[in-house]
Amino acid sequence: MSRESFSFVTWKHTAPMILCALAGAATGMGLYTFYYAEGLSYMSDDPQVCVNCHIMRDQHDGWIKASHHAHATCNDCHLPHDVMGKYRAKAENGYHHSKAFTLNDFHEPIIIRQQNKDVLQANCRRCHAALVGQITNHAGSRHDDLGCVRCHRSVGHGP
Amino acid sequence: MAKQVNRAARTVRTLLFVAVFLLAAFALAALLLLHDNISQRKQEARQHYFKVVALDEQTLDPAVWGRNFPLQYDSYRRTVDTERTLHGGSEAFGKLEADPRWVTLFKGYAFGVDYREERGHAYMLSDQITTRRVTEFAQVGACLHCHAAVLPAYQKVGREAGIPDEKRPEQIMKGFEIVCGMPYHQSRQLVSHPITCLDCHDPETTQLRATRPAFLNGIKALAASDYPLQQYPSIERWRQSRQGDYDVNALASRQEMRTFVCAQCHVEYYFKGKQKILTYPWHNGLEVQHSEAYYDAADFKDWIHTISKAPLVKPQHPEFELYSQGIHSRSGVSCADCHMPYQRVGAVKVSDHHVRSPLLNVARACQTCHPDSQNQLLAHAQRIQDKTASLMSRTQDAVLALIDDIAAAEKAAFPQHNLAAARDFHRKAFWRLDYISAENSMGFHADQEAARILAEAIDYARQGQEVLRPDAPAATAHAP
Repeated sequence: MSRESFSFVTWKHTAPMILCALAGAATGMGLYTFYYAEGLSYMSDDPQVCVNCHIMRDQHDGWIKASHHAHATCNDCHLPHDVMGKYRAKAENGYHHSKAFTLNDFHEPIIIRQQNKDVLQANCRRCHAALVGQITNHAGSRHDDLGCVRCHRSVGHGP
Repeated sequence: MAKQVNRAARTVRTLLFVAVFLLAAFALAALLLLHDNISQRKQEARQHYFKVVALDEQTLDPAVWGRNFPLQYDSYRRTVDTERTLHGGSEAFGKLEADPRWVTLFKGYAFGVDYREERGHAYMLSDQITTRRVTEFAQVGACLHCHAAVLPAYQKVGREAGIPDEKRPEQIMKGFEIVCGMPYHQSRQLVSHPITCLDCHDPETTQLRATRPAFLNGIKALAASDYPLQQYPSIERWRQSRQGDYDVNALASRQEMRTFVCAQCHVEYYFKGKQKILTYPWHNGLEVQHSEAYYDAADFKDWIHTISKAPLVKPQHPEFELYSQGIHSRSGVSCADCHMPYQRVGAVKVSDHHVRSPLLNVARACQTCHPDSQNQLLAHAQRIQDKTASLMSRTQDAVLALIDDIAAAEKAAFPQHNLAAARDFHRKAFWRLDYISAENSMGFHADQEAARILAEAIDYARQGQEVLRPDAPAATAHAP
């Protein structure tokens, strides 16, 4: 075999080659970290995924004993029910949660943000529409809405 | 010209390569760090308890327990910290200096000489040795019941009194009874540590347990009474059959124990009889008038007030009793829920053993249940305390006015029966005033109950002044 047959790679390509190798290594490492962190599981609706990290273990344990356990999982209450909204909320909360858990710089006890409260409230109304329709169909701003869980605190995560 | 362009291009290209190299290196390093972090969090989730040393009933030093339970020990050690809250906290400020009216209210009693705010658990033994109430007044070994890790001492004294090791509970009870009557400085030789893990935890299982003999006797008597105790379901359940004695360690739920271990000491008490047996006056119930009735029936007094000559009883930090009248107790919230709230360390949920005012830890103490901001919650608690403090201040003035009137009436040779009746009202009023003052929550543990007690105190002071009016009808031999 002559040197001619390798003419498509010359010393000139050394640097791009190293870069390619580095990029490949980074991608591989990234994919492995993603796998190690069970990244794909976050696309699912399994409540077990929500306690992959142990911050919400109390909430999860409470839910197991709460009245909604038989009817609703985490995502039923905590995510919007349209496809776009669901994955957008997953992405946004996922980012916040990962950042908080990595840097360990969050307020404890954890407190739900207004945006997620709104999602929750919408889901209470969605399932219980027949019951609460008469109560909630009057005019008024969203901020007048007291929120079902203000009083029904134990339904989701137990007493 | 072309050469110059080439050279410039080469420089830019080199810089670009260096930048890409650094970027890639940085990205890889960041990825590794992230991987490391995830790995660490996963490890946390698998953390559990490692038994490094063996513990038994003789393991007094919390530092030894700390080797098995480093997280709990770390927070326990923080009870040396000193921090003021609006009305209390853990700094030993002088109560008599802060409000000199107490000097007159305590006239003739050791508390009128030296009375300070309590510091943290770590100081319970050393502060007791330095207070002038102990250095200048004769005290007894009963004090150690709640100021030292005293169990092994009780056992030792019980053994020396002839109770064999097989009968451990009887041995401890016997030792307790003997130590109670000892002169303080003699009994002090028997102990070396302030509160220790053993006092609330079984060394084998670390399960919560009540060990203090006076509490075991007290809760037994309380259970045997007919006073309703819905907030302590195991007592109500025992009452359905009332078989044997109520055994708190066998019957109480874990949540109840999270209150009862604190109720071993944070209660009203007195030293009964010549033997000075430490006794909790719960035989009629837990409320202020129930303990009062017990003391009246026992004809007990702590001292005779120098100015009014009234036989008075000084209440001692009835936290368990007042809290039991409040909304938190009725809702099943234990002492530890607010004073030792859970904290997350890694993936482990640990009770904060830095026992302190919840006002210094609002996030964990309150927000776990109350979905309001920390400022709102703190302001709410302080509003309750401010109102109690202002009502208490008026009550102090009311009792002082009665003391003045009694002194004046005595000087004017007022009828003896009326004077005796007025002194009895002084006893009732002072008992209630100091019940709320000595209690360490400035009314927060049960705000409405605190207001009721202070209002009754003001009313009794008023009634006492009534019987001393020049036109007052002659009182009978027995005061109302």
